[in-house]
Amino acid sequence: MIDWSGYLGLILQGALVTVELTVMGSALALVMAFAAGLGRLSRFAVIRMLATVYIEFFRGTSIFVQLFWAYFVLPFAGITLTPLQAGVLALGLNVGAYGAEVVRGAVRAIGREQHEACVALNLGRYHRMRHVILPQALPLMLPTFGNNAIELLKGTAVVSLISLTDMTFQAQVVRAQTGSTLIPFATILVLYFAMATAISAGVRWLERRAARGLDGVRV
Amino acid sequence: MPSPIIHIDNIIKTYGPLTVLDGLSMSVMPGEKLALIGPSGSGKTTILRILMTLEKINGGHIEIDGEQLYHMQKAGGLVAADERHLQKMREKIGMVFQHFNLFPHKCVRDNITLAPMLTKGIARAAAEARAMELLDMVGMADKAKSMPAQLSGGQKQRVAIARALALSPKIMLFDEVTSALDPELVEEVLNVMRKLAAETDMTMLLVTHEMGFAHDFADRILFFDKGRIVEEGKPDDIFRNPRQERTQTFLRKVIAAGHRV
Repeated sequence: MIDWSGYLGLILQGALVTVELTVMGSALALVMAFAAGLGRLSRFAVIRMLATVYIEFFRGTSIFVQLFWAYFVLPFAGITLTPLQAGVLALGLNVGAYGAEVVRGAVRAIGREQHEACVALNLGRYHRMRHVILPQALPLMLPTFGNNAIELLKGTAVVSLISLTDMTFQAQVVRAQTGSTLIPFATILVLYFAMATAISAGVRWLERRAARGLDGVRV
Repeated sequence: MPSPIIHIDNIIKTYGPLTVLDGLSMSVMPGEKLALIGPSGSGKTTILRILMTLEKINGGHIEIDGEQLYHMQKAGGLVAADERHLQKMREKIGMVFQHFNLFPHKCVRDNITLAPMLTKGIARAAAEARAMELLDMVGMADKAKSMPAQLSGGQKQRVAIARALALSPKIMLFDEVTSALDPELVEEVLNVMRKLAAETDMTMLLVTHEMGFAHDFADRILFFDKGRIVEEGKPDDIFRNPRQERTQTFLRKVIAAGHRV
């Protein structure tokens, strides 16, 4: 008879690592999404170019390769990262590149008349973006940001390849030690699904908050 | 004789191959109420947009309140204005748009206080007190906390007028401010403008298709066609005895379309 409680504890430890990676990776992705997304809208060609290169590079190469670069190749350049740091870096930069296009699209979707109202009220570029354009663009970004966060969550499984003991890694350990595939993988299936559901619910809550007032009648 | 508050000298505006304003010159005296009328595409809205720095000009000069709008003095010569100069010049000018352009994510009061707080550094309490005064003037004080989506078109436009006034511009530009309104809502907006004209000495430029209102409101009417001023004069002269054939044709058309004079 196998004592499952110890093995489940192992998987739950892995789940914590997965949550950690998802939260930190999403935070980095969010920062990169705004930096690169707004960078692509800059009036300075150099900034637009840098943002475009970043976005195209990280969308155009696989997360698997990026992770191996972060963990195994960067040390040759004198930068040694822990598996967690490498995981967060690769996931954040990768998903941030997708998010950048979401930011750009949402900002572009705000009509010209809002920009013109800002000019007529003599608001400078920063104030225009900060107080008028972004608050209206944010609700447009949120649904896709939710998608991206769930993609990132599922992407965390690849970090097991650089020896980070995330949920998938631990499930494989349990499988190797007990010979049972069903129980560890059913457990992480449920856990991944629960985490994704939590992200969905969180984003929906944010959407409701952000949309409050935009259409006073509907809310 | 005071000097003009707006002096437009030989400006040219083109969109690709299309010349919208072709060497236009005009002056506006301080406190003057001016109505710009004419067929669509005649360039009258473009003039307001150029004065609000929403369009670039392709030639000519504009002087507002004694200062160049699109140019500035640098190293003894006139050079193209930078953003800072434009920001300084925009303080003198306010604009109300055909489609209101309120900020949908801010309540009525915050729509009004945003710019004074950010651009003039006015404290929130003072900005809100001023906003309430202005809302009172346009008859919208009871809607201060409403969101724009909850208002009718006429109410939105009255808020937009209050918002532009909050920056205390010397010149107000009204771009077809009643064209997007249901007919029964036009009068409430026109009433606010009448009151504004009576109570302030602001210079006002009005692009409109409301001929009756233009007649009563304006000190002077400019009739535009194809990017040029075809005829100008006192409202009675323009509406009762237009000299130019194009003015006569235009007025006949709008009267036939049901606009009262």
